[in-house]
Amino acid sequence: MTTFLAGLGATWLNTLQRTGEIWLLIVRTVSCLKRAYANRHIVIQQMVEIGVNTLPMVAIMAVFTGMVLAVQTGHQAVRFSLEGTVGPLVGLSLTRELGPVLTGVIVAGRVGAAIAAQVGTMKVTEQIDALETLATDPVEYLVMPRFLAAIVMLPILTICADAIGIAGGFVIAITTLNLEGDAYIHGTFAALQISDIMGGLVKAAFFGMLIAIIGCHFGLTTTGGAEGVGKSTTRAVVLSLMLILVSDFFLTLLILGGRLV
Amino acid sequence: MIEIRGVHKSFDGNHVLRGLDLHVEQGETMVVIGRSGGGKSVLLKHIIGLMKPDEGSVVVAENEISSIDKRDLNELRRMFGMVFQAAALFDSLTVAENVGFGLRRLTGMNDREIASKVAEKLELVGLGGIESLRPAELSGGMRKRVGLARALAMDPQIVLYDEPTTGVDPILAASINKLVRDLNTRLGVTSVVVTHDMASANTVGDRVAMLYQGVIRCVGTPEEMQRSDDAVVQQFIRGSAEGPIE
Repeated sequence: MTTFLAGLGATWLNTLQRTGEIWLLIVRTVSCLKRAYANRHIVIQQMVEIGVNTLPMVAIMAVFTGMVLAVQTGHQAVRFSLEGTVGPLVGLSLTRELGPVLTGVIVAGRVGAAIAAQVGTMKVTEQIDALETLATDPVEYLVMPRFLAAIVMLPILTICADAIGIAGGFVIAITTLNLEGDAYIHGTFAALQISDIMGGLVKAAFFGMLIAIIGCHFGLTTTGGAEGVGKSTTRAVVLSLMLILVSDFFLTLLILGGRLV
Repeated sequence: MIEIRGVHKSFDGNHVLRGLDLHVEQGETMVVIGRSGGGKSVLLKHIIGLMKPDEGSVVVAENEISSIDKRDLNELRRMFGMVFQAAALFDSLTVAENVGFGLRRLTGMNDREIASKVAEKLELVGLGGIESLRPAELSGGMRKRVGLARALAMDPQIVLYDEPTTGVDPILAASINKLVRDLNTRLGVTSVVVTHDMASANTVGDRVAMLYQGVIRCVGTPEEMQRSDDAVVQQFIRGSAEGPIE
């Protein structure tokens, strides 16, 4: 019993410590943003890595999500002669929820893991120490560019995911459900409001911040060689995915003004 | 130049440094010898402010390293160069970008001046013409020498060497020793060399300090160390399995 309580206490203390360290890293990173222009070549490099190189995966995810949404909603809608709702349902589902969340999940898996592994390897091979001996702040050189690039690129990837997903739904609507193309497009854009799209983009930017900070935090606190890098990478991805899903609920409440219905 | 007074450092209950005192004169090459895991690298990291002591103080050029703020510490670090045990080259950068890293970020030099300085430092370590290679394409000895070129790129007043000759062949070790010695005699660079290679210690050291059980056990010239009647020092110098060191 004592061992169990001691373990529970240690876990709780560890969680509190990590939370504090992550907040501190966010504050230090934000304070480095004024040096973004001086480090612009690293920021652009990270934007390419996080955004451009992730786009093919996001596109595949989006087109199939849009298609499956159209198939599922269309299957029910046809039964109740509500074919006109397919476009709006696909569009709203993607822009409000699935676009930002699934983009976040893909970026967490691909980029969050890479950030934790790169920074973690630098930590265990003393490259972070080398940076400091060269009078370079690792937060400014490593964390801030990834943080900024993720916050900028996640919304852009989400816009792409929304558009590609809606296009995927369109293809299913006109080929399988035999809907009029004009009706699908008109219905989609009539239902979509700018606030729906902006809400999704705010979520995406927040998920970008989470992924970059968590990846960098676990990288910077890596110990224990290659095994430690592996553990940090796994922890970074798992925590990022969990926080994306949990924060999505609260962000949705916030964006809807606290209304559940 | 470097004054270390009563430094204590523990890691998870492992008391590594136990009130260590050491004084390094300006222009001197001080070699710190001792067993692996005895705290030699920890000592170097205290000198350059990568670690803070639990107790005690580290003073470099009249600046208390352990208590100055981050901005002043970064200013002070411009006078340092550090050679890491496994080189610690930045994997994502080329050799030229590694060597010119500090020059690009900390000086107002243009690309041509940086390229010229990088070429000069690579020539100095016998590796001219490899600017475009990546660290992954280098052998262990080459990585070590590129690390040395990077440490020397900013023309530092103090150079810290963490096991500079470990893992390299005897000829390369001799050339690294010669380079350390030349920097000291020609440019008056102050050096702290951490090693357990006695041949290297005797070649480069003006003085040698033996770190044992968290404190400096004995300091003297290489000749004085050879003549020491301390059984611990003698066992380490002879590399004997029999003696007071377990």
